[in-house]
Amino acid sequence: MEKRVIFKGWMLPALLLLPQIVITAIFFFYPAGQAIWQSMFVPDPFGLKTQFVGLGNFEYLLGDPYYRASFVTTAIFSSLVTVVSMGVALYLAILADRLIKGSGTYRTLLIWPYAVAPAVAGVLWMFMFNTRVGVVAWYLGLLGYDWNHVLNEAEAMGLVVVASSWGRISYNFLFFLAGLQAIPRSVIEAAAIDGAKFWTRFRTIVWPLLSPTTFFLLVVNVVYAFFETFGVIHTITAGGPQQATTILVYKVYSDGFVGQDLGSSAAQSVILLVLVGLLTVIQFKFIERRVHY
Amino acid sequence: MKIKTLNLALVASMAWGTAASAQTEIQWWHAFTGRLGELLDAQVALFNSNQSDYKVVATHKGNYSETLNAGIAAFRAGEQPHLLQVFEVGTATMMAATGAIKPVYEVMQASGLEFDPNAYIPAVTGYYTNADGQMLSFPYNSSTQVLYVNRDKLAEAGIDPDVDLSTWEAWDGVLTQLKDAGVTCPYTTSWQSWVHLESFSAYHDVPFATKENGFGGFDTELVFNGPLQVAHIDQLGKWAQDGKFIYAGRRNEAGANFRGGECALFTESSAGYAGVKAEAQFAFDIRHLPYWDSVEAAPQNTIIGGASVWIMEGKPAEEYAGVAAFLNFLSSSEVQAKWHQDTGYLPITTAAGELTKSQGFYDANPGTEIAGLQMTRNTPTENSKGLRLGSFDQVRTIIDEELEGVWSGQKTAQAALDSAVERGNQLLRRFEQANR
Repeated sequence: MEKRVIFKGWMLPALLLLPQIVITAIFFFYPAGQAIWQSMFVPDPFGLKTQFVGLGNFEYLLGDPYYRASFVTTAIFSSLVTVVSMGVALYLAILADRLIKGSGTYRTLLIWPYAVAPAVAGVLWMFMFNTRVGVVAWYLGLLGYDWNHVLNEAEAMGLVVVASSWGRISYNFLFFLAGLQAIPRSVIEAAAIDGAKFWTRFRTIVWPLLSPTTFFLLVVNVVYAFFETFGVIHTITAGGPQQATTILVYKVYSDGFVGQDLGSSAAQSVILLVLVGLLTVIQFKFIERRVHY
Repeated sequence: MKIKTLNLALVASMAWGTAASAQTEIQWWHAFTGRLGELLDAQVALFNSNQSDYKVVATHKGNYSETLNAGIAAFRAGEQPHLLQVFEVGTATMMAATGAIKPVYEVMQASGLEFDPNAYIPAVTGYYTNADGQMLSFPYNSSTQVLYVNRDKLAEAGIDPDVDLSTWEAWDGVLTQLKDAGVTCPYTTSWQSWVHLESFSAYHDVPFATKENGFGGFDTELVFNGPLQVAHIDQLGKWAQDGKFIYAGRRNEAGANFRGGECALFTESSAGYAGVKAEAQFAFDIRHLPYWDSVEAAPQNTIIGGASVWIMEGKPAEEYAGVAAFLNFLSSSEVQAKWHQDTGYLPITTAAGELTKSQGFYDANPGTEIAGLQMTRNTPTENSKGLRLGSFDQVRTIIDEELEGVWSGQKTAQAALDSAVERGNQLLRRFEQANR
């Protein structure tokens, strides 16, 4: 059921596309091209001298077991952030959708965390869970649990996942709620009259009809987990303990801005570019098939 | 069109006019905020009010890493400041940037101002000199590691507050007593790599890296996985397992625990003095960093941390005269002595140290002289002059990662240090390649 609008000439469509193409070219293609170009050199930080190494930077990176381990860390981290932020958001959206009184207040409160910048959110969670002065860590201590994300890798991962998901829940909540409210009441009521319980209705009607929203959020959240969680990682764990929370984008930062190794940093950006491109293609190719528009 | 051109010309000439009549501006980018930022601004204000030829404009550019990156980006855009504050671990990066920096000794010589390299304390300036002992960057703020002792905590645990803690050999007994008395944090440290590997190696006169710790060339290799360092890290790892050494974080997170009164013993920068003095609700004292008595060469001297000021290339000659005048001002005994007393950073000239002493500061503030004594107790050797390693900020991160493996009990000291050396050497080779 695809709709197609056919233009007569090519001038008008080209003109309509032009602004978008210009913006994309300046802000996306040009920097991406620069990154690819730079990834083939080993420059000194001040740009005084540079050497062509071809694919040497990629060879160096992919030969490094710690860089390869960072892929696994990223996969675990992104999956957890996506699942947690979407799962909680869906649950809250279903509850909000059923509310009759006070739904406005409830919704507004749930949207608030989205306004908090990731770095600020990071600092907030860091203070709550600080091993020595954190409120939550202190209460956990009273319960006999010795919280120490400074040395415990699983706890560190858990903490950055929660901190990254927290603000994101609001965003996902908004979309899920809109998606739920777009489902015609009559369909759900008809099913209810036929004797379908909540869970059956959800599985057979709501979930399939919600799938375009879910799919969109999946793509957007994976990209978020890959790129925008930098602030949280930087403020809470700085990639540690050991390398437990060093995700790919954090490594781009630490090689580029801490190590001033611009060649390696550029090569990593290219790898990330390819990786996210591939992921998005896979998502569209395989998961979109299950989406009902 | 004509009027517009005329207006432009007018505006341009006016701008030119003001620039010509005003003082020469010297831009200085630094990384200090809070109390240190205020003290820095006070120095600048004093310099600006003392003379009328030059005006130093100090600008805060974020933390040390951010300031360095801002300076690098600005240089690439041709907008660099005259002076850039760079932390000690960025020294090799700056030194390698021939064409981006001007050595301090050259600028001072060209200025014709009095500049006596012998007036400076070699253990402090040594970190920032070339192989011929000439000063490359100006040691603005330098500190070294000392031991802070919470005397009340020791007394509570039934230990004599004056107990001997000068050697690591004496520590196990004290830590055990503290632990048995229920102290949750017998010992903690800030900057683990700086205290327990970098300065530790210098203090015991063993190399941290080959080629005189990197002073001899970029083809240096890390060697801090020697038997002495391994034994020390192994001991700390055992204490960590027993709850006698509490690890709080990679930077100076542990400071909060000590100042809050939780920890009994704390190794930290001498520049942490002001903070401890302001916040500690308990009796404390400052002591020498402990050493292993079994090592014959110990105690040699500890090494510094902090930052130095680099002069950037690409400015007109007359502006460098202003830079020289400012650095000359910063070296004066009065300015140095005040800076030393206010911040806990080391004085960079012998005269400033003596002035501080004659003013009675050390008598009124016992312990503040320790850092200076520890630095100057011996003539620095190849192993204790300092470190000059590329990508060193990142090498420190690698060391942090590996040490965390030891503290959590997942790795042996030997395995962790071997791995840190191997990974760090890769970065050194990258740096060597980039600066070939």
